[in-house]
Amino acid sequence: MDLNIVWFILITVLFTGFFILEGFDYGVGMMMIGRPVHERSQFVRAIGPVWDGNEVWMITAGGATFAAFPHVYATMFSSFYLALFLMLLALILRGVAFELRGKLKYSDWISFWDFGIMFGSFIPAFLWGVAVVNLLRGLPINFEMHFVGHFFDLLNPCAIIGGIFFVLLFAFHGANFLAIKIADIPLIQDLQRKSLRLGLFTLLFYVLFAAFAAFETDILAKLSTVIFLGISIAALIASCAGTYSGNGFKAFLSSTLAIAFLTIGFFNALFPRIIVSSISPDFSLNIYNSASTPHTLTLMTFAAAIFVPIVLIYQAWSYKIFKERVSPADVNYH
Amino acid sequence: MDALILSRLQFAITTIYHFLFVPVTLGLSIFVALLETWYINSGSYEERIKLKKLVKFFGTIFLINFAMGVVTGIVQEFHFGMNWSEYARFMGDIFGAPLALEALTAFFIESTFIGLWIFGWDKLSEKLHCLCIWIVAFGSNLSAFWILVANSFMQHPVGYAIEDGRAVMTDFVELVTNPYVVGEYSHAFFAGITTGGFLVIVVSAWKIATDEASREMFIRTMRRAVLYTMLGVLGVMGSGHMHAQYLAEGNPMKLASFEALWETENPAPFAVVADINQEMGRNDSEILIPGMFSFMVHNSFCGEVKGINDLQREAVEKYGSGYYIPNDVRGMFWSFRAMVGSGGALLLIVFVMGCLVFFCRNKIRDHLCCLKLMPILLPLPFIANSAGWYIAEAGRQPWIVVGLQKTAVAVSPNLSAGEVWITLIGFTAIYLFLAVLAVFAAVMFIRRTKITSEE
Repeated sequence: MDLNIVWFILITVLFTGFFILEGFDYGVGMMMIGRPVHERSQFVRAIGPVWDGNEVWMITAGGATFAAFPHVYATMFSSFYLALFLMLLALILRGVAFELRGKLKYSDWISFWDFGIMFGSFIPAFLWGVAVVNLLRGLPINFEMHFVGHFFDLLNPCAIIGGIFFVLLFAFHGANFLAIKIADIPLIQDLQRKSLRLGLFTLLFYVLFAAFAAFETDILAKLSTVIFLGISIAALIASCAGTYSGNGFKAFLSSTLAIAFLTIGFFNALFPRIIVSSISPDFSLNIYNSASTPHTLTLMTFAAAIFVPIVLIYQAWSYKIFKERVSPADVNYH
Repeated sequence: MDALILSRLQFAITTIYHFLFVPVTLGLSIFVALLETWYINSGSYEERIKLKKLVKFFGTIFLINFAMGVVTGIVQEFHFGMNWSEYARFMGDIFGAPLALEALTAFFIESTFIGLWIFGWDKLSEKLHCLCIWIVAFGSNLSAFWILVANSFMQHPVGYAIEDGRAVMTDFVELVTNPYVVGEYSHAFFAGITTGGFLVIVVSAWKIATDEASREMFIRTMRRAVLYTMLGVLGVMGSGHMHAQYLAEGNPMKLASFEALWETENPAPFAVVADINQEMGRNDSEILIPGMFSFMVHNSFCGEVKGINDLQREAVEKYGSGYYIPNDVRGMFWSFRAMVGSGGALLLIVFVMGCLVFFCRNKIRDHLCCLKLMPILLPLPFIANSAGWYIAEAGRQPWIVVGLQKTAVAVSPNLSAGEVWITLIGFTAIYLFLAVLAVFAAVMFIRRTKITSEE
């Protein structure tokens, strides 16, 4: 196995971690919609200690792409220019909101920042769905790896369905996370009722998305991808069952697996390409024509081999420290 | 205006804005860590209550600033691909590595341990909790190191080769031990200490003047902050001086430009003020201190310093015909004076504050109105930081990577001016908006929080 493949796997791992961890952060943000302030405060408190560390998975996925596949970084980020801008605005608002919402006690102040969290969770979830679908569906990329389309090329029906699917999946995952992080029993029951409905909608859009993608992309061309996506759908069904029976841990663990296998299946379908060109298959960016030199890849492999396990250890430790459920009394703090 | 100019403007605005918060994070994280160390080693019950409040007080200011720094940093991380895709392609093999290492080794520990620190007061032992903020401080300063390794390469490429039209890394050790890193990192590190420390001085001064109940604790804080900031100011001056001397070999064009020295001279004078005529390649009028520039570079009043026009001729010989002079010599010249002037003013102010809190404690009551006006001076370190970066980056032009790639060819070719206008206005608007809200929240918090022994 050459280093280009190792790095493709590592990027997959980083995106998987990102979608699982930020997935529930975004989901928690979206679950705040329409909730009273004391419940919103508990939701924010539930992810308060960990959201920043989770977001770094995205930053690291971006940085690692730059280091290992600079052409992918260059083409992807310049192609998605306006979409990324919108996502950055959302993330800026959301990040500041977590810090500032509790600093003043006026209800308008809190509501404004909570809107920032909701907006800042919904937009990135949607746009990542759109982006991911477009990578596979193909972007108008010419022989110089330059994007020659415009913003509205990104908003094709398949990508929009992918975006809605991501929104629903993350919202469901976030609701599952809340069900195991909140101490208030009636609130949990209410969440689980909502979450079950969300889960069923997610399933519906999963199937819709798969049908569209099967038609417009080669996502189902490999048997292995079909198997991964099959596991993912099975996990999603198990998660709905967990929600239905009130088994929060089963539900959360299963939605985690559903996201993991969806991401793995998706990257497996891409392999060895990373960005598909809709102009010509010869113009697609793959793990060889977009990569850094073996020297840099070797160096980065050592760095990743040392630091990724360390990161996992202390992030796991931090989850252990904050393993207790959040009670309504906890939110006076923040 | 075309996409290139707009992209440059956008990068300048977002970077400078980001770097308003970064130095505060670098310096204040260490100061809060020192405060907490003081707290966990303190004795009496009353003292402990007050010190814990003090740690949380500056901790909260730190966190508001930290959040602003983090979110504006995400923009920078993506910016290289969004607006500068050809740069990312050309440089990715080298530039990507420190950026990824920054995320892997610094961002993860910063973000995880800041969460532990904010929410871990009752869940961690005192020592472990204190260790968390030290780790955050370490992570922040480590992240500055990695990004300055990347920036130093752009200023002074080392450990690379050109293969198939792109720069590739040949020696990672050379990359991180780039002599440019030494000057740039030490300068930024001490600038962080100065900025963070000075913020503490200003806040303390204002609290001493306006909050009698907390006065005692803020006088004691101010003493520590004065020593801390003094260390920062002296460090920033020393490292700046060292770096300027290094520039004489490392990047003489930048050095000559911010001093507006057009012709090679021996001894070279220092221009205090100058009316710069870039078109003609000379100063129309100037006030000079003879031999002073030579002294700054060579520690001796004689010694040759190369001028801009000669360096331009050398560059043409080396790279072919073209204009290799930074296109804003005037801006660089005045930025340098703004930076050094702010630094000098800071030294003086910190010295005066030190005299007040160490030697004239009993007379503080007579000076409350002066202390209350201290927030007016708060912009000084921020002016110095921004001006310093302006010199560093404008002095690199017309290159994006000195000698290897020009800024003009680095911009993403698919962007239209309209698209960049949208993002330029969007980023600027949200940044201004958030700055107002963050400052408002911080001021309200500072105003209402009292540091007393009451629980």
